[in-house]
This record gives sequence, structure tokens and C-alpha cells, in this order.
Amino acid sequence: MSPQEIVFYLIAIATGLSAIATVTSRNLVHAALFLAATLAGIAGVFLVLHADFVALVQLLVYVGAIAILFLFGLMLTRAPIGREALDSQNRGLGAAISLVLFGVLVTLIVEAFGNQPAFPVDGVGVAEIGLALFSRWVFPFEVASMLLLAGLIGAILLSRRESGESGDETPITRIQMSELGPGDDRGELVSTKRDDA
Amino acid sequence: MSEGIHFIGPLILAAFLFCVGIYGIIARRNAVLVLMSVELMLNAVNINLVAFNNLRFADSPTVDGQIFALFIIAIAAAEVGVGLAIVLNMFRNRASVNVDDVDLMRW
Repeated sequence: MSPQEIVFYLIAIATGLSAIATVTSRNLVHAALFLAATLAGIAGVFLVLHADFVALVQLLVYVGAIAILFLFGLMLTRAPIGREALDSQNRGLGAAISLVLFGVLVTLIVEAFGNQPAFPVDGVGVAEIGLALFSRWVFPFEVASMLLLAGLIGAILLSRRESGESGDETPITRIQMSELGPGDDRGELVSTKRDDA
Repeated sequence: MSEGIHFIGPLILAAFLFCVGIYGIIARRNAVLVLMSVELMLNAVNINLVAFNNLRFADSPTVDGQIFALFIIAIAAAEVGVGLAIVLNMFRNRASVNVDDVDLMRW
């Protein structure tokens, strides 16, 4: 075992454990933080594999932006905490499906690549990535930028509060949580007209 | 002491993360947690791409695997933005982010 491999396995174990904690945690905020830890561990895997640029992009985009976006989403939706509220009834089915798929995948991987020797890790530098991105891959790059613009506009349009004609005031949906029993997590919708407009 | 990394390590890690993501998608009810599991699966694919590029094809000067990973990261960012906007809209209209409650289009 080379030192690179030891570092890789340590990072891999930490990443796998935090991934499991992401899908089993009962607290939503803890799940989001474990997801951030998982993504940072994957960035570490990229560093061990000598993919420096991808590792930094992973840290910037995933840990820096997407994890925060998830935390905002959790904060704005006020979901109930607790295992019964978070997990559905088909937990056993999910575990069975993922375990069977994992077994099949590991069998196939070991059979296909198990007898290969250890490869020396050799990544190319950032200069080669930039050259390839702006010569061979320039059209997909522009398409990706258009996709990001479309996603931006779509997200703004979807999460706007007002709808309908301009000048119309839509009724505000107010959620009352006080009259609910302990088992009910649905809330109740009460529509009221905004009176200060 | 040998040099380098055995090839099956990153592949098995990627398969494990993919299966954890599948479990999360099936077992979770909260829509935000389902989106998180989707992110786990996308990252598993990224590990595969980078491992193939930098281990298996390390002697060739190609960087296509890493560029694929970069595109996947960009598309995942757009997907999370739109997905969270949809989840917020769903919460605003139904006061719930439970994926079991949104079965309006089920036949």
C-alpha cells in the first residue's frame, strides 16, 4: 500500500460515513451539514487523484454554494423534525434495493478491474484543462452557460410570490400550525386578502 | 512500498455513494432530502469520471474526464436552483414538502 492509497482510504471511509449520516440523520440541518462534509470529502478524493482544478471547483460550487442553498431551502420550508416525519414507510425496500445494487456493482468492478496493478496517479495541469475547455469543448461550454442562465431565470420565475396579471394582488397563503394535533404535520391553508394594499 | 493507487478503490467508493443516494431517494419523504440524495449520486459519477481520467488513462494527454466532471457540477448547480424553487412553491401551495402528498399527477 502506497501512502497515497492510505490517505485515499482514510478520506473514503470518512466520506462514506458522512454519506450514510446524510440519508439517516433525523435532524434536517444535521443532514445538510453531513452532506457538506461528504462533498468536502469528495473534493479530498479529487485532490488525491491529482485533479486539483476539479477539487477546487467542487469546494467552491458544492460546499460553498449548494450546501448553503440547501440550508436556505430547509430554513424556508420549516419541515417537521423526526424520523417518522422524514422517512417514508418503504425504508426496508430502499435498503434492499441499494444493497443488492451495491453487491452487483462491487462484483462487476472487482471482476473487471480487480487484477489490475496500481496505476501511478498523473493529472494534467490547469493549463491543459483551460486549453481543452476553450478549444474542443467550447460549444458545450457555451451551452452550459445558457443552461445556467435558463436555470437562473426559471428559479426566479418559480419562486416569485406574485402571479397573474400585473397589478393584481394575489391572496397570501398563511399557514396556521397552532390548531394541529401532535401527529399531524400538514398544517392548514388559510387564504386571506392582503388588506394594506 | 509501491507507488500509485489501485483502480478499484475509487470505483467502489463511487458505487457506494451511488447506492447511498438511491437509498435516500427511496426512503426519505422530505423533498429537500431527496434533492440531497440526487446530489450524492451525481458526485459518485464525478468520482468515476475523474478516476478513469487520472488513473486509467494517465499516460494519454486527454482531460475529457475532468471536463465532463466540471460540466456535471455546473448542471447540478442549475438543477438544485430550479429544484429548490419548485420545492418552495410546493410548500407555499400545500404547506408540506412531503413527496407522498404530491400525487396529483399520479394515474
